[in-house]
Amino acid sequence: MQNLQLLLQAPVFNIQLLLDGMFIGAVFALAAFGMALVWGVMNIINVSQGEFVMLGGFITLMVVQAGLSPLLGIPVAAVVLFVLGWALYRGIIWRIVEADMFTSLLATFGVSIMLQQLMNEIFGADVRTVESGLGIWFLFDGMVTVTQIKVLAFVLSFVIGLALWLFLKTARLGQAIRATAQNARAARILGIDTDRVYAATYAINAALCGAAGALVVMAWSIHPYMGLPYTLRSFMIVIVAGLGNLAAVISAGLGLGVAEQFAGFILGAEFQLAFVFLLLVAVLVARQVMLARKRQYLK
Amino acid sequence: MREWQAQDRPLLEVKNVTKRFGGVVANRNISLFVERGTIVGLIGPNGSGKTTLFNSIVGAHPIDEGEIWFDGREISRYRTAQIARMGLMRTFQQTHIFGKMTCIENMLISMPERRRQLRDLFSPGSRADRARAVDLLQFVGLYSKRHHLAGSLSFGQQKLLEFAMALMSEPKMLLLDEPTAGINPTLINGLVDRLRRTNAELGITLLVIEHNMRVIMNLAEYIYCLAHGELLAAGPPEEIRNDQRVIDAYLGAS
Amino acid sequence: MNRRLRHISALTALFAIGLVGPWLMPAYISQFAQLWLFIVLALSWDIMGGQTGYNSFGNIIYFGIGMYASAVAQVGVVWPVADYTAAKGGGTEFVFTAEQIYTGLALGIPLGGLLAMAAAIVFGALLLGMRGHYFAIATLGLAVAIAELAAGWDYIGAGSGMVTPTLPQEIEGPVLFYYLSLALAVLAILFYAWLYSTRFRLAINAIRDDEDKAEALGHHTTRNKMTAWAISALFTGMAGAIYGNLSGFIDPHDIAFNAEIGVWMILMAILGGKGTLWGPIIGAIVFFVSKELFWTYLLGWQRVALGLLIVIIVVFFPEGIMGWVRSRWPHLFAAPHLDGDEGNAAAAATDERKEAANA
Repeated sequence: MQNLQLLLQAPVFNIQLLLDGMFIGAVFALAAFGMALVWGVMNIINVSQGEFVMLGGFITLMVVQAGLSPLLGIPVAAVVLFVLGWALYRGIIWRIVEADMFTSLLATFGVSIMLQQLMNEIFGADVRTVESGLGIWFLFDGMVTVTQIKVLAFVLSFVIGLALWLFLKTARLGQAIRATAQNARAARILGIDTDRVYAATYAINAALCGAAGALVVMAWSIHPYMGLPYTLRSFMIVIVAGLGNLAAVISAGLGLGVAEQFAGFILGAEFQLAFVFLLLVAVLVARQVMLARKRQYLK
Repeated sequence: MREWQAQDRPLLEVKNVTKRFGGVVANRNISLFVERGTIVGLIGPNGSGKTTLFNSIVGAHPIDEGEIWFDGREISRYRTAQIARMGLMRTFQQTHIFGKMTCIENMLISMPERRRQLRDLFSPGSRADRARAVDLLQFVGLYSKRHHLAGSLSFGQQKLLEFAMALMSEPKMLLLDEPTAGINPTLINGLVDRLRRTNAELGITLLVIEHNMRVIMNLAEYIYCLAHGELLAAGPPEEIRNDQRVIDAYLGAS
Repeated sequence: MNRRLRHISALTALFAIGLVGPWLMPAYISQFAQLWLFIVLALSWDIMGGQTGYNSFGNIIYFGIGMYASAVAQVGVVWPVADYTAAKGGGTEFVFTAEQIYTGLALGIPLGGLLAMAAAIVFGALLLGMRGHYFAIATLGLAVAIAELAAGWDYIGAGSGMVTPTLPQEIEGPVLFYYLSLALAVLAILFYAWLYSTRFRLAINAIRDDEDKAEALGHHTTRNKMTAWAISALFTGMAGAIYGNLSGFIDPHDIAFNAEIGVWMILMAILGGKGTLWGPIIGAIVFFVSKELFWTYLLGWQRVALGLLIVIIVVFFPEGIMGWVRSRWPHLFAAPHLDGDEGNAAAAATDERKEAANA
């Protein structure tokens, strides 16, 4: 608890943690937005969400190894993941859209193990990062450092989230996605190719995660086994924020990022993950208690 | 409004019950009672709050105002399972049965929980229980299906199974939510006959939601009619049949 | 041959193979010991996932708790545990006599099971109100959280783990642990066979099929779920206790709370057929034998194959081997039931006629 005293004595550390938390929180929100999309439209909880983020990071790594600018990794990762997401849908996911939740949970869990072990075989289990080439800002006489790539990650997460929201509101495919989410059978009767809508939804989700992964590898770091915490963070954010509420997803994401930074600092970095998972359980238990109080799940 | 006929309190008594969902008032200030051993009907157009009232009575959700008395106890704070164990059982409009278990198993698992000890749970169940389960399946006409998975039955058969399950649990009172909906019309007379025998031979008090006017007028000795969440009329069948407010409500004039 | 007889002869054959197995193939005794434990794990997952309809990703918690509890008890009857784990690798001064080993095991294995059971009751109070995927994900989160916490706890060796007591010369480790595993498996199989012959199976199947209805019938659903989970934890914990000794070394991530073993439990039950007694047993045997045969040829790619295997089994064979057998040879399952009503089969015919008469 020494660190807690440190926070009280030197308030400027709080600012550092707050900023770091918000930067990473925006990326969490981006992945969560994708999860909410897939959950809402296809009724699938995509456990391989975190692995898509991880893949986005490794693709950016490859872009850099090819001698290109790391920033180029963001669109490249998004495009590659879009294709992969589409392929995964055509290969596996379409079979489980109609299945019960546990089947889809387990099947996407299988996909996540496959992807994580594949990357482990190819790149090894080491922690990787990519130098973005952007600079650092020093605030408060150098007491607070802000790497510009984190700011970029923050801003881009917002921009991408907003773009997706606009797409769902206005574009033809976006409207088809929303119609399918509300009532797939009615959408089919109206001539919407729901199978294609599902494929697009899953691919868009993968692309979002890919972009998030590219930002993560530049601003923070990646490794093959990083996926599950990202998946569960997305899940937590969606549960708290609900499906289809962009502002709530962003605030929940930022809140989680900040809470995690403070917990990691106060409890020690080795307990940061334990904190995330216990928080997830706590959130689910709290939700349960609230539901039980209402006592109206019987139809 | 009628008064209780018998000396003791009625078996079920709903007093000034109000239930809101957000801003919508599903039940407003509803009072009714059902005496031991009678068959009472509950009618009303779609969306008039009949099923909500059932849900309130069996403890599926808390009520906002009022009291519900069953068998001498105020039950509006009780949970579903507790109320069921007191002997107040309901069937569902959309059937709820255990699809991956056979009909016999469905029956055996519906035995009255209130008389059970924990150790009964860890015994194979007696021959007498099985015999009773078979008898009741025969009573509802599902004897030949007894080893079939309940999920493989037709909708109407599932309703009959659910009814048999309710009987198996030896309730004091049954709330039936549209027992004839989805049942083959040629079988409805048989069902009405069974409901009557349930009441007369087994002594089970019935409160029945029903849309089929011919059935309910035949079956019930007293009828309550809801409209827009409020109690519109109450009386014996012939009175209700000729009540202008009831007719208007059904024709959508009110 | 009727169903009951078939059932008993299959069990007898299984146990007979178990007893003589080590003499036939002495080189594989440790693998066979593992197989028996895996059967226990699959059966114990299935009582929740298959019979009660609560798909847990968290059974590995009880495996790990049982393992650590037993190891700590085994060490603790002789030496101060903190000193023992601080010495890493055990150190040469920590010697155990045969008697101490037996005492430790006799104490540790039941303790491992009971502690796991206690944990299940605590976690159950928190989690068993959740339905469907919320329960699945909550158990997954809890499992990872507990692995992380164990990795930070110095008393049990933190991230670097601890070794189980080193056996003295006169004890043949593999043989001892083989028969312990066999004994546990026999106990578990007979227990589950008995349990599924009682009304308790109907009560938890009712929860699986329609929990709201079970509640509406007045069942004590919470108590029944809790009982099932506690039983599951008890056997999983004891299996963990033996597994730790079999392995000789325990660490949080690779052995005790190994997420991979957590997935295997589910996979074995689904592969064999959820919600049956024989499904998890057959699933465990098929999975384990094929894993041992092919795993080594896959070099580093086993885990990729594991992921692929999950997808294939879940997507293409959700009903498992038993489900396939049931649809292929339905007469094996056509239950000449125990209701003792076959005599009045004629009533079946009158059923429809009465129906028509009533109409």
